Amino acid sequence: MKFAKQYLETIEGIEIYPIISLSIFFTFFALLLWWVFTAKKDYIKEVKDLPFDQKNQES
Amino acid sequence: MEVEKFYYDNQIVKKFTYATIFWGVIGMLVGLLLAYFYLFPNLTSGISWLSYGRLRPLHTNAVIFAFVGNAIFAGVYYSTQRLLKARMFSDFLSNLNFWGWQLIIVAAAITLPLGYTSSKEYAELEWPIDLAIAVVWVAFGWNLIGTLLKRRQRHLYVAIWFYLATFVTVAVLHIFNSLALPVDAMKSYSAYAGVQDALVQWWYGHNAVAFFLTTPFLGLMYYFVPKAANRPVYSYKLSIVHFWSLIFIYIWAGPHHLLYSALPDWAQNLGVTFSVMLIMPSWGGMINGLLTLRGAWDKVRTSPVLKFMVVAITGYGMSTFEGPMLSLKNVNAIAHFTDWIIAHVHVGALAWNGFLTFGMIYWLVPKLVKTKLYSTALANVHFWFGTLGIILYALPMYVAGFVQALMWKDFNPDGSLLYGNFLETVQEIMPMYMMRAVGGSLYIIGLFILLYNVIMTVRQGYGVTDELAEAAPLKRVAKRRVAGEGFHTWLERKPVKLTILATIAILIGGIVQIVPTLLVDSNIPTISSVKPYTPLELEGRDIYIREGCVGCHSQMVRPFRSEVERYGEYSKAGEYVYDRPFLWGSKRTGPDLFRVGGKYSDVWHFNHMYDPQSISSGSIMPRYQWLITDELDKSTTEDKLETMASLGVPYSEEEIANAQKAMDKQGEEIVENLYQDPEFVKAYEADKEYAEKNNKDFVPMKDREIVALIAYLQRLGTDIKVDDEPASASK
Repeated sequence: MKFAKQYLETIEGIEIYPIISLSIFFTFFALLLWWVFTAKKDYIKEVKDLPFDQKNQES
Repeated sequence: MEVEKFYYDNQIVKKFTYATIFWGVIGMLVGLLLAYFYLFPNLTSGISWLSYGRLRPLHTNAVIFAFVGNAIFAGVYYSTQRLLKARMFSDFLSNLNFWGWQLIIVAAAITLPLGYTSSKEYAELEWPIDLAIAVVWVAFGWNLIGTLLKRRQRHLYVAIWFYLATFVTVAVLHIFNSLALPVDAMKSYSAYAGVQDALVQWWYGHNAVAFFLTTPFLGLMYYFVPKAANRPVYSYKLSIVHFWSLIFIYIWAGPHHLLYSALPDWAQNLGVTFSVMLIMPSWGGMINGLLTLRGAWDKVRTSPVLKFMVVAITGYGMSTFEGPMLSLKNVNAIAHFTDWIIAHVHVGALAWNGFLTFGMIYWLVPKLVKTKLYSTALANVHFWFGTLGIILYALPMYVAGFVQALMWKDFNPDGSLLYGNFLETVQEIMPMYMMRAVGGSLYIIGLFILLYNVIMTVRQGYGVTDELAEAAPLKRVAKRRVAGEGFHTWLERKPVKLTILATIAILIGGIVQIVPTLLVDSNIPTISSVKPYTPLELEGRDIYIREGCVGCHSQMVRPFRSEVERYGEYSKAGEYVYDRPFLWGSKRTGPDLFRVGGKYSDVWHFNHMYDPQSISSGSIMPRYQWLITDELDKSTTEDKLETMASLGVPYSEEEIANAQKAMDKQGEEIVENLYQDPEFVKAYEADKEYAEKNNKDFVPMKDREIVALIAYLQRLGTDIKVDDEPASASK
């Protein structure tokens, strides 16, 4: 990190940056995984089969 | 519940499909011609609009925006209507999208060979065409979102999200990267300079790959692979994770194109970190695509559609493994500027984009014309031609990249370069260039087989008609039905909110990287000895841009011992503050030119442009003889200087008013130097005499394009080496 440090040190209030980044990432992926794992089975099944709605399709 | 009857618009799908094949043939043929230029550099000698530098952007633009672009639209228009159970929002917008896009491609095919270019990779088109692209893109997005709003299917399939993200992000990228101040109808200067221009350009360039060549194709993969295999995607949950993590992470990765350059280190490191992370969502997507075929692998043996798709997804996996590896600084130090990168992008373009498109066409065309594919056997032949073509293209380019990079870095025990002459490293890889041309030829033969197969299929089929469908309109959602539904279930019922969230996800990365570089002055340390270009140098620079010199010559000496030894002092960010656009380049087919100023005499440059092979035996640079005969257009010089001045370049009013005089003076000095060559004097005086005798117009040498170009080349990189040697244009 030596080569990046000189630039980073010149920014005021830099200490907060890593904490902000970590929280953005943690929140983003935590929310994402939470959606995915709590998604209802029948909903997933329904959406998954959307390309195969035979009623209106030729194949 | 009342069922509504409506028609899917198949005409628009047909148009885009045919345009895909047509532009595919054109774009790849131009590519093949370029491959042959490496073997026969003077193949089109004397024809400026058929020269390598001008055709290279035509090839990349034609393949990316014409071939892949039309394929995206064909697939999106087909699948969106069916996934949403609705005809496209507006036939007018569909047709505006189609004809507008084709007109833009034709405009590109005319202006690029004529030398109208901004020189920024994949964004070369000049500002009026950029505006047209924005209009057509908005028409596409409006049509897409309009269709979403009148859909008859409550839930949005993951393919639709990928299309939405594509629309939003490409719009943002295109607008911010194309910001420029026009000089006249066909010339503009970038709103950003030097390092900032480089950062914005590669934020755009990388994400053009991400959001034009990848996300829409992932949408197509999530629709067409399940359709072709006749089974749903392996894991829908994985596709949700794939989508959000991909668009969130992708947007940050741009700076990996600028490693070891003058870009601030923090931005480089940020780019590397995110590029490495990208392997996770990319491979998640690839695995999801391949596992969709679980239990159906026997079909892959017989179905050419699935064969193409399997190789396409494999190609996606290969290039998205290679990408993160290439963005590691130690790997990039070897690969950057070499043919390794050419191999990398062609695995992506030929396998992922090309093969998925072919698979889609073989599946789609028989459906559209209500018949069977004319010949499965021919499709299989195409598959093998294409696959062998990819291998024969990529492998030699990998070898060429490694060999040349290692030769560039090879030292003698006494500390001098083992291959001090750049040409030695070029000669070594000529056999690879030959094999590449063979690989490319095979791939194109395959495309012609597809063309024949499609024509025969259409001939044996029926006319394309809009397809009748029926579905119930959406009911208002009752409160009790949504009670307890998850956030995502709610979100993907709401296309507008989903679009907004996706936009936020892609904006975070862009803002964090670009805003500090634009605003924090300390990121670009200024150097007091760096001065703006003289009027003649600026004109010369515009010729350098027009001829596409940046396609083969970088202007970025990286801080490596091998490069400092070969080219001179490594490049500093402060040296580029007047470069609009930046011209760092991304490929060294010839040597870096950043410190070329003062290295050779004016006479050397003159003779080298006239006939490179006579000066450097075995050179693969083409001749630029029109530069020596053509008159320099000085009519817009003052406008150019004024445009630059309004962008912040410190040209005084006096300098602008005296531009013509200054150009004459600098031009005369160069001509004086040329007069030291007796051969030049003989030929030049003879020409003059001939013109006088026959009463023909004669353009004095100082007013010709070559003089401006020499002025520019002799200026390059001389701003900070004043200490060790005199930085004069006239040595």
